Amino acid sequence: MNVKPYAIVSAGLLALLLAASLPARAAETYVMDTKGSHAFIQFKIQHLGFSWLLGRFNDFEGQFVLDEDNPEHSSTKVTIDVASVDSNHAERDKHLRGKDFFQVDKFPEASFVSTKIEKTGEETAKITGDFTLKGVTKPITLDAKYVGGGKDPWGGFRQGFEATTQIRLKDFNIDYNLGPAAEVADIYISVEGIRQ
Amino acid sequence: MLPRGWMVQLRNDERAYGWISIGLHWLSFLMAVGLFAVGLYMVGLTYYDPLYHQLPEWHKLAGAVLALLTLLRLGWVLLNRPPPLLADSPWQRLMARGVHGVLYLLLLALPITGYLITTAEGDALAAFNLTLLPAITTFDPHTVDWAGRLHLWSGWALILVAAVHGLAALKHHFLDRDTTLIRMLKSS
Repeated sequence: MNVKPYAIVSAGLLALLLAASLPARAAETYVMDTKGSHAFIQFKIQHLGFSWLLGRFNDFEGQFVLDEDNPEHSSTKVTIDVASVDSNHAERDKHLRGKDFFQVDKFPEASFVSTKIEKTGEETAKITGDFTLKGVTKPITLDAKYVGGGKDPWGGFRQGFEATTQIRLKDFNIDYNLGPAAEVADIYISVEGIRQ
Repeated sequence: MLPRGWMVQLRNDERAYGWISIGLHWLSFLMAVGLFAVGLYMVGLTYYDPLYHQLPEWHKLAGAVLALLTLLRLGWVLLNRPPPLLADSPWQRLMARGVHGVLYLLLLALPITGYLITTAEGDALAAFNLTLLPAITTFDPHTVDWAGRLHLWSGWALILVAAVHGLAALKHHFLDRDTTLIRMLKSS
């Protein structure tokens, strides 16, 4: 069959019209700025009930899709290199990578994949998703808060969020006894995304 | 009074080991076995065990001392050659030399990998607040975990090869009835 040139042109015009009729702000994808280290995953856990031990995961990557008109259509996904756990102590970090804790040779990766995002206020949301750690996948909920966003000085566009949650170590197959005060870890996440 | 002509023989000669070689040998043996046992035991301790922080300190201190002894020992072997092997057949001599070489290699590999584990994040090798050796470099976690595996395997290898070495000495003593074992227990 012979396709007339004007048919192609009109199909193109139709596509343009359709695109223009969509909501002004479509979902946009942001990549977390782990390269520039403007993204952090930190944890703190009680030491004997006497003080807090702080640490972080140095290596991870993630992205989020932001749909400002339909926040429930937003999503996020993060993958963590568990071996990058850093509590500023070589022997403790080695212990954390071992079988008493993360067993990174068998379970090198942890991940979070959002399943539901619910706006709870002007700048807050609950992000529910599947968290996988040490081979166990369980739903967790992050309390997220918008921090800020806009054009950066170098020609890009960025938005940043922070979030907190708690993780019970036993839920993820980590049952080394650190004492009754240290069964739950507080997680603090701060990420800046660069619009793609 | 000491008997006439009595003298402590420190140096090795054509026939016998001197007390320095004998002392270094048995001290290394005791320390290596102790380090191996403590090493395996300490990594299994629970967090609330009173020895949880104590044993690793002893392990690091004793490990550093044994490393130093090993260097002294290698220096002594070069300066003061041990008496020739008593084995006759070439393959026995080859085996004996091979086993000795492997033992020295493992005695060096263990402190090196141990040092890499403890200094991996840039902190010095220290035991009981005593700085023994500064860190020379840092390593990514995967490399450190390899150092850890090599440390564990080298420990097992040392004990197994030393057992072969000991059994061979017993064989010389009881079956060949030569002085291989005796001359490592006393000098001339």
